[in-house]
Amino acid sequence: MSVQVWTYLFIFLSFGLYILIALWSKAGSTHDFYVAGGGVKPVVNGMATAADWMSAASFISMAGLISFLGRDGTYYLMGWTGGYVLLALLLAPYLRKFGKFTVPAFIGDRYYSQSARLAAVFCAIVVSFVYVCGQMQGAGIVFSRFLEVDITTGVIIGMAIVFFYAVLGGMKGITYTQVAQYCVLIFAYMVPAIFISLMMTGNPIPQLGFGSELTPEYGGGYLLDRLDGLSETLGFGTYTTGQKSTQDVFFITAALMFGTAGLPHVIIRFFTVPSVRAARLSAGYALIFIAVLYTTAPAIAAFSKTNLMNTVNNAEYTSMPGWFTTWERTGLIAFNDKNGDGRIQYVGDLETNELTVNRDIMVLANPEIASLPNWVVALVAAGALAAALSTAAGLLLVISTSISHDLMKRSLAPHITEKQELNYARAAIFLAVLVAGYFGINPPGFVAEVVAFAFGLAAASFFPAIVLGIFYRRMNRQGAIAGMLSGFTFTAAYIIYFKFIRPELSTADHWWFGISPEGIGTMGTLVNLGVALVVCRFTPAPPQEVQEIVHNIRLPGENV
Amino acid sequence: MSNKHALSYWKANLRIVSTLLCVWFFISFGCGILLADFLDNFRIGGFKLGFWMAQQGSIYGFVVLIFVYIRQMDKLDSQYQLLQEQHTKAGPDRTQESRS
Repeated sequence: MSVQVWTYLFIFLSFGLYILIALWSKAGSTHDFYVAGGGVKPVVNGMATAADWMSAASFISMAGLISFLGRDGTYYLMGWTGGYVLLALLLAPYLRKFGKFTVPAFIGDRYYSQSARLAAVFCAIVVSFVYVCGQMQGAGIVFSRFLEVDITTGVIIGMAIVFFYAVLGGMKGITYTQVAQYCVLIFAYMVPAIFISLMMTGNPIPQLGFGSELTPEYGGGYLLDRLDGLSETLGFGTYTTGQKSTQDVFFITAALMFGTAGLPHVIIRFFTVPSVRAARLSAGYALIFIAVLYTTAPAIAAFSKTNLMNTVNNAEYTSMPGWFTTWERTGLIAFNDKNGDGRIQYVGDLETNELTVNRDIMVLANPEIASLPNWVVALVAAGALAAALSTAAGLLLVISTSISHDLMKRSLAPHITEKQELNYARAAIFLAVLVAGYFGINPPGFVAEVVAFAFGLAAASFFPAIVLGIFYRRMNRQGAIAGMLSGFTFTAAYIIYFKFIRPELSTADHWWFGISPEGIGTMGTLVNLGVALVVCRFTPAPPQEVQEIVHNIRLPGENV
Repeated sequence: MSNKHALSYWKANLRIVSTLLCVWFFISFGCGILLADFLDNFRIGGFKLGFWMAQQGSIYGFVVLIFVYIRQMDKLDSQYQLLQEQHTKAGPDRTQESRS
């Protein structure tokens, strides 16, 4: 069977599965819709969190990013996993104990303020929205590349599926489809990795394979030594040592960690489990499930970089294998024969380099580059879609609950019945899907850049406010609001200045302390903390009943 | 639970969390970034140690850390549950307002 038939088959099967699950898990109440009835088992929640978390970017782009960054790529790896330690130790158990549905609900109640609640609603919607556009765009790209339908049709199919199970089932539908999506995506990620690892090193475990010796057909010797050698000869710098400045890597890693712990679509997953203990456990399971993909990604990065350099460098253009021309047609690979010798020079020096390679190709074309069977190639499409749709659904739910619960029920229209609230929630998802779909089809140029900054903003606004709310009883409304505003403004201003107003100045010489806009969220977190603590000292302590809330979430056992 | 117990539970909790966060900082920012160049002088198989810590070891470390935390909190929770049961058996503490 051809790749395309296999692709249709896998996509049809996986989408059928998601729809079946959606029909089976229809939400009957707001409790079902917001937190899946609150009785989700830790393992199930862990798996759903993993799918929720691993987006189109993790699946399609991360391995490619690492293969171009070498050791510095670690800021994605550590940043996007280390945040779970913070989440498990500092946030999840206490927020579960607090026992509400949303992040703005915690901020609003803990800081006894409608304006704080509304500010949190605003941040949650902005952060989730930028993020969801990226997912829709990812789904569109996969459809267009693998099925050769145009991006618009692809996005509409994706929207229809997400819409169907998110509107019907709310959190309940999303949770169980995410479990299925995790299985699909991890299978699709691991199978090619295992094949390639076996082929190149004879070791079936990719995590060990990229530290092993190459098989004689590939020339023997340790794979990473070969990779270092090749990269140095071609002028890309040594793969296994850092190229960026230490402080920049440090700050970017920290910003991604704090951001991970502050992203509302991840946090709300911990409201769905039955107890505080289950919240801790599911953070642990989530990280295990995530670590499977995140420890495989650097292996794929090393394999595919080696493979690519081996295949293309100084080879005859006419002798390139079939995948080369296929991906050339999509524009992901471009060859420009500058010296007219008919051979490909793939080197670090921009003047003489003749090959441009899009990072996404490292995952998308990897199975073809390694000439794996057609069904493995097709599997990648189904996996990438699962990753994009699962994250999109989680984000849409945040937008919907923020509107129906925090904005309508808790602020604008407190007298609506549960049924009306549920209708608002469904209508909000409907609208959000439409708008996200629109931006998926007509992507504003800034989406890819802004997604990375969603982390910086989440780090600088939510993370300190929630941590202080739990660990510092004296923290009051004035301090928290001042902190969130200053952290958010500081981070946003720095990013907007270097990315949109004066992008030509965005080099290490002009950055403060050599911190790139990607890493400024860490600074924003510190600004938030500092301002909050200072303002809090000069303003009155929070009222007794709020201190009581803080006292209660610190006690052992369940809600009392 | 009496205030005294609530306070000592919270303090024990903070001790666990802060110790684990120090380890978290050491394996990620320490071994993976600040000390990575130094650790690269050592090798395990085909990996330089600093590179391995940055791209593999730290992630395994994070998983272990969360499960150590779960275990220690379980222990702490059951210890205080026991205390609370004894406390209830002995009759409510009259000198302090019982808040749990």
